[in-house]
Amino acid sequence: MPNSAPEIAIVGFAQTPCVRSTTGTTNGVEMLVPIFHEVLGGLGLSKTDIGFWCSGSSDYLAGRAFSFVSAVDAIGAFPPIVESHVEMDAAWALYEAYVKLLTGEAETALVYGFGKSSAGQLRRVLAMQLDPYLVTPLWPDSIGLAGIQARMGIESGLWSERAMAEVAARSRADAMSNPLAQFSGAVDVESLLAEPYLADPLRRHDCAPITDGAATIVLAAGDRARELCSRPAWITGFEHRVDSPSLGGRDLTTSASAVAAGKAAGADRIDVAELHAPFTHQELLLRQALGLGDEVKVNPSGGALCGNPMFAAGLARIGEAARRVLSGEAERVLGHATSGPLLQQNLVCVMEGRD
Amino acid sequence: MTKPLSAPLEVGFDYTRSLGPTLSRFMTGLRQRRVTGVRGSDGRVHVPPVEYDPVTAEPLTEHVDVASTGVVRSWSWAAEPLEGQPLSTPFAWALIQLDGADTSLLHAVDAGSAEQMRTGARVRARWAAERVGAITDIECFEISDEPGDPSVPGDEVTMITTPVRLHYTHSASPVESAFLRGLIEGRLLGQRCPACGKVYVPPRPACPTDGVPTTDEVELPDRGTVTTFCIVNVPFLGQRIKPPYVAAYVLLDGADIPFQHLVLGCAADEVRMGMRVEAVWKPREEWGPTMQNIDHFRPSGEPDASFDTYSQHL
Repeated sequence: MPNSAPEIAIVGFAQTPCVRSTTGTTNGVEMLVPIFHEVLGGLGLSKTDIGFWCSGSSDYLAGRAFSFVSAVDAIGAFPPIVESHVEMDAAWALYEAYVKLLTGEAETALVYGFGKSSAGQLRRVLAMQLDPYLVTPLWPDSIGLAGIQARMGIESGLWSERAMAEVAARSRADAMSNPLAQFSGAVDVESLLAEPYLADPLRRHDCAPITDGAATIVLAAGDRARELCSRPAWITGFEHRVDSPSLGGRDLTTSASAVAAGKAAGADRIDVAELHAPFTHQELLLRQALGLGDEVKVNPSGGALCGNPMFAAGLARIGEAARRVLSGEAERVLGHATSGPLLQQNLVCVMEGRD
Repeated sequence: MTKPLSAPLEVGFDYTRSLGPTLSRFMTGLRQRRVTGVRGSDGRVHVPPVEYDPVTAEPLTEHVDVASTGVVRSWSWAAEPLEGQPLSTPFAWALIQLDGADTSLLHAVDAGSAEQMRTGARVRARWAAERVGAITDIECFEISDEPGDPSVPGDEVTMITTPVRLHYTHSASPVESAFLRGLIEGRLLGQRCPACGKVYVPPRPACPTDGVPTTDEVELPDRGTVTTFCIVNVPFLGQRIKPPYVAAYVLLDGADIPFQHLVLGCAADEVRMGMRVEAVWKPREEWGPTMQNIDHFRPSGEPDASFDTYSQHL
């Protein structure tokens, strides 16, 4: 065991195209094999070089038990591997892998998330993450709930339908430089606002699309990271927090857990932030909660609004942020992921480059 | 490439849960057309009740009845209600702060149209005629200044059953689809891993040893070797054969992974490791894209295979 905790960095990232539906299976193997090949090949690694594997996915999304076990076929788990799984966005699997590397038990980790949302009716499937006694029996859909939160912010003067449409327009414009995005293009705010409501006060552009996709990140510790990568994205803060599941018992116009996670992770002096905001108003909310000023470039990838593969989109945000460091475009970046209804759980990963 | 096969997959289960003291009190109240919250350590009344104080994490025990009327704190419009939701006509989802409560309850408001809905609107509970002790005992709320309905007697509720019905389209992988289409013609089509040369049947999208997609289709005979087996003596729901009978792992000749099937056609206690078996197919007119085309395996009468031939496949 090392005497002090090692420094840990993201050294590789790959993701599939974000698409409305794939013909693949819900165990994700077809989506995962190419991105494992891409991320390992890019680092000159093979599967036997990976000390720990960790994934995030959901059996409710797949409609079958233990879909994540079948996904292990994509690794080729022989000789036997050290492997774990979270039934959450894979950003939380990244956290588990980070802790594993902190303990010194592994030097490298590969983390992946996958989701085939098109297999079921996503708006209903997501009711399964709500309070099973008091809320799920009403089958509230994810968009209906988000509409309640959006209206609270609108009526409190924190944001407006116009500001929300501006987020959508900026995201789609930014996504024009992201070949893996599901949506991109130049749209103007006036025409977005002329569209009918999907779930008043939300219009279609306020909601992330239904997406099939997968993402993967490779972590490495200390000198191993320096060997693998000329400019690793060193993790300087990595925290996650959770709010009460009682939807009417917390202030939905902010997110206490996002504020706390951002503060603990040291979310300051950020150049680029990738925020996991499946609804336009949530980007505005998170910007405020994380204290990101106008100088911070937010979601240059187009964000979850231009491609939201469930259980992989949060990991992809961290990967997209890390990519800006790996490429030398940014010094200090923030990746955010959320899980649960209405930003109930929030995770913040702050990374920086060192020259 | 031919499109992979897919089929509807219906997932359904009735979750039955015990309630504990706090939710039991709340659900019993609903059955009696009464709404019961709980007082937090800071004096605030939580409706719906929380079991532990959100600030101090202390268990909460002071139950407080509140009104079944209240005020809309925020809402969204559900123009096209989904299966299972409280109303089948357009309605509002709303957070409703009941009179006497300090937090809000999520429910539906039958407002008729979005134009009728507004934050601050007064609403009252519309109770279901048949109440079982569930959040759905409130059918929905309606916009009204009128007082709530009086409570009525009702038995204590300690359990809740929540039916879950989800609908999926399950997709087979391309190689599984080829396997299933082969079965329609009575053929068994496996796949060979390009790295280790192992043959998988049913095929898998990627070799579980090497993690690479399998590439070569391999047709296999319908006979093989029992690698291991168990004798089923226990009856269970949905069982199609009277116990005792044998469920065995059958390694087809030329395959590197066995699959589970039935071995019939001899006494259960005659089945053994290494026994040679052959497929008994259903009548051709019953064949479909399913492994059930093979009704079972039966002893082929060949001498037993030596242990070496299957020792690496156990």
